[in-house]
Amino acid sequence: MGRLWQGGRAPAGDQGLRMITFDDVTKRYPDGTVAVDGLSLQAPSGEITVFVGPSGCGKTTSLRMINRMIDATGGRILLDGVDVRTIDPPTLRRGIGYVIQQAGLFPHRKIVDNVATVPYLLGWDRRKARARAMELLERVGLDPKLAGRYPFQLSGGQQQRVGVARALAADPPVLLMDEPFSAVDPIVRASLQDELLRLQAELNKTIVFVTHDIDEAIKLGDRVAVLRVGGRLAQLAAPAELLADPADDFVREFLGRDRGIRRLSFIPGDGLRLRTDLTVPASAEAASARGTAEPWLVVVDADGRPLGWVAREDLPDSGTLAGVPAAPYGAFVRGRDSLRSALDAALLSPSGNAVAVDGSGRVEGVVTRQELDAALARAAEGARG
Amino acid sequence: MAEEPLVRWDWIGRNWPEILELVADNVVMALVPVVVGLLVALPLGLAGARWRWFYQPAVGVMNVVYSLPSLAVFIVLIPITGLATRTTVMVPLVFYAMAVLIPAVVDGLASVPDHVRQSAVAMGFTPLRRLLAVELPIAVPVVLAGLRVATVSSVSLVSVGALVGRGGLGYLFIDGWQRQFPTPIVVGIVLVVLLAGAADLLLVLAQRWLTPWASARTAARSGRRGAA
Repeated sequence: MGRLWQGGRAPAGDQGLRMITFDDVTKRYPDGTVAVDGLSLQAPSGEITVFVGPSGCGKTTSLRMINRMIDATGGRILLDGVDVRTIDPPTLRRGIGYVIQQAGLFPHRKIVDNVATVPYLLGWDRRKARARAMELLERVGLDPKLAGRYPFQLSGGQQQRVGVARALAADPPVLLMDEPFSAVDPIVRASLQDELLRLQAELNKTIVFVTHDIDEAIKLGDRVAVLRVGGRLAQLAAPAELLADPADDFVREFLGRDRGIRRLSFIPGDGLRLRTDLTVPASAEAASARGTAEPWLVVVDADGRPLGWVAREDLPDSGTLAGVPAAPYGAFVRGRDSLRSALDAALLSPSGNAVAVDGSGRVEGVVTRQELDAALARAAEGARG
Repeated sequence: MAEEPLVRWDWIGRNWPEILELVADNVVMALVPVVVGLLVALPLGLAGARWRWFYQPAVGVMNVVYSLPSLAVFIVLIPITGLATRTTVMVPLVFYAMAVLIPAVVDGLASVPDHVRQSAVAMGFTPLRRLLAVELPIAVPVVLAGLRVATVSSVSLVSVGALVGRGGLGYLFIDGWQRQFPTPIVVGIVLVVLLAGAADLLLVLAQRWLTPWASARTAARSGRRGAA
């Protein structure tokens, strides 16, 4: 059975094959405490499944039962149908990446050797293991010059990146992440989260991610499992669905404020209709612009990039628009940004309309407040909670 | 009779081969017990770290042993290991070294941060490999700190053995005192201090060389108790 988990580099094409199944899993300690109570769910391959909940909800216990750092007392955990309890723990663990809070780097080993830990355990030769480690350092956005340093010479954020690189070193199909970003400051945390999403887009690992931070869960999760104290599953849903339709008061309360606004992040902004008749070049005559019926116009430079809004009634009788001071504008990238970004852009513009730009920052058109209102109304229909 | 000077250099000049022999004897009698003590303290310290119920009684026993006056122990040992033998002097020193080194090993292992130990488990280390490749190396700075204390005290304790006929540089104290002649006493004190200092310096250098990462400890161990 252990043969299945010879770790190492999984052959290409095998990447998406690890599904994790919790089948009525319970963890009861000898003193009677129940940490996890009848948990059944699936973490689909190639997706990020987040376990989120308050302390005492059994999220870390659930995670650690996957690689047998803790053994379940009831039920089964299956990896592609194989019960983890039939696999020798060290063998099992070498095939599963693990990222821990505070990184857990070995203080007595250089960064490169920290990253190469699992390859060494799998018996790779030293040169190959180190070459792989260097490749991974680069992949997680670290300067290769750090390879020869010791962990204490790195910042918390850098250490956490090394922790991610180490977990990926033997290219395991499954990655377990135990509150990996909770010990770093919010700005670093945001960049680590973005980095993880970027990596996941390339690697397609089956990731189980534990956090107590619902915003992190919603940002990272393809699916979010909300657990309540006592280790019971309260709800398992995609983030947008969770925000739109919380299962009960516990989930609603745990999701916190601004649920409606936050849900807009999951609604794409590319369905919004554009008006292209509100855009004028800076070289246009102010007098002719005054002739339109529109109260606000977006002035663009020769490259088509937005300069700002001008109010029709403030326009002078002569000269070009280049000489008119433009009011600040909010813009969103159509095709990439969400309805929330579009709304935000509208709120940042004195006209109440959002400027839509393409990937290189050129104006595609304007989304009016009326169009946004209609989109928000459609979004509200989708929410029942 | 002229006032006797504190140091008579001509005496040193005449006797230095014998003095060097005493230095060598002192080194052997001080270091062998520390090495033996370390070899015994390692498994006992591992047991103490693993089973807390074992640790407190073990430390209790070692502290009682440590409190026994060395001279008394030497005298008790004479019928067994003989008068004026190295063994008589070294046996108690082994126990003194153990009394310092067992807690050092236990504290050293306790200094391994929990997240480091957990991540070693999660990476797929077997328990033995985890001990040898992760926990013991991280314990080294704390163990070495204990080793420095044990070594320095062992170097100076050897001289008490002179009272039972074998005390390395301690012989010079007895000799000088019996003859009311200060030179050997001064030479003995200076050499004991130099010897202890040299041993300590070597251990400090060994620590720098073995654990270039050691300034990591304060950073990596946040939230853990301090080292002994």
